[in-house]
Amino acid sequence: MPKITYKDYQGSSKTIEVESGLSVMEGAIQNEIPGIDADCGGSMACATCHVYVDDKWFEKIPKAQDAENDMIDMAFEPKKNSRLSCQIIVNDELDGLEVTTPEKQT
Amino acid sequence: MKKTDVIIIGAGPVGLFAVHQLGIKGLKAVVIDNLDKAGGQCIELYPDKPIYDIPAVPECTGEQLTSRLIEQIKPFNTEIFLNERVDEVRQEKNNWVVKTNNKNQFLAPNIIIAGGVGSFEPRKISLKEAEKLEGKSVFYAVKNKEQFKDKKISIFGGGDSALDWTLELSKFSNVTLIHRRNDFRGAQHTLSELRKLEKEGKVSIKTPCQIDSLDNENELKSITVKFDDGKTEKIKTDVILGFFGLIMKLGPIAEWGLNMDKKTIEVNSENFETNKKGIFAAGDICSYPGKLKLILSGFHEVALASVECFKRARPNEKYRFEFTTSSKTIKDRLGKK
Repeated sequence: MPKITYKDYQGSSKTIEVESGLSVMEGAIQNEIPGIDADCGGSMACATCHVYVDDKWFEKIPKAQDAENDMIDMAFEPKKNSRLSCQIIVNDELDGLEVTTPEKQT
Repeated sequence: MKKTDVIIIGAGPVGLFAVHQLGIKGLKAVVIDNLDKAGGQCIELYPDKPIYDIPAVPECTGEQLTSRLIEQIKPFNTEIFLNERVDEVRQEKNNWVVKTNNKNQFLAPNIIIAGGVGSFEPRKISLKEAEKLEGKSVFYAVKNKEQFKDKKISIFGGGDSALDWTLELSKFSNVTLIHRRNDFRGAQHTLSELRKLEKEGKVSIKTPCQIDSLDNENELKSITVKFDDGKTEKIKTDVILGFFGLIMKLGPIAEWGLNMDKKTIEVNSENFETNKKGIFAAGDICSYPGKLKLILSGFHEVALASVECFKRARPNEKYRFEFTTSSKTIKDRLGKK
């Protein structure tokens, strides 16, 4: 199973195996990774699963759609490498992906 | 103080359907919501997105679901207090007193909390100085546009609110529109109007950049924004308007002495009462073993809670279960022959 590393804003990190087909958000929720709220449950209707994708991975994952970028406008401290983790679907090619959760989501 | 049988907190689909379930039992209710319209997340987060799992409704949008629920509860003439957040809940003998941030007070033996993930509030600029200046020179909504006449205004955001207020306020003020990326999200004619004003020098647009600092001592004089390439720029500013959308905050609910599990309220699954007698929770905000955050679960939850509400509001009457298809009393309450 692909391994995903979730780092928090203070630098501590946790690496877990996430089943292919699940989103990075679902991987976090199922494994009780703090820092991802996902208030809307993955329907791209809030921005509380916002993460920063590690630079070396940012170009490798499928690009965000307009609707996702519109939502990211409403996230806490968006940056150039911001994504909604509910929109990143895990597959074998993303084995090793690293994301960082923001200081807070709301 | 307004007396009623049930105070419903939250005008989302579950809060609205609670009015129906209480109404057919002859109970009066009031609904309070912090948003400016009924519908909750359905209307605020996904008004145009189709929902496929409402029983017997193969497909409808959040907006359609809301308007149908409003139609369904029309016979009960229920008052909905919008733009009001419940701040305080306290006990008074067998009743609960609810106070809003608008100083309205309600008294009832029952409260149904159908608050979703909490109340919607504007997302704010996370700088400390911005917090200090909020309400003075930093705003997240325009209540009276006159107050922004002849000012140097920096508007943040890329959506409809940011664009509409840029157009409107640029008629009598000096407006700079600042957004974190080059794309704006708005109606085509709004966007072309904006570009026209920019060409004419009536509006200044700064992208892709974000706020870096506020330069103030007691009074806001200018702000510094930082572009993606690292460059910074100082912009003379009297007023900041931020339109970063709404976020959901649990807010004061956490302080009412209810047993909580993270951001949800623990209830029993028999009548969805919390640890406080007469306070119920339903919909996304409640939790019990097996809970699913579905609209249809919320409908079921308020139906059961309404029975217990009846027993508390009418202690001397016997509750009788009735079907809407056959009960003359219910048909009368619905205004049907």
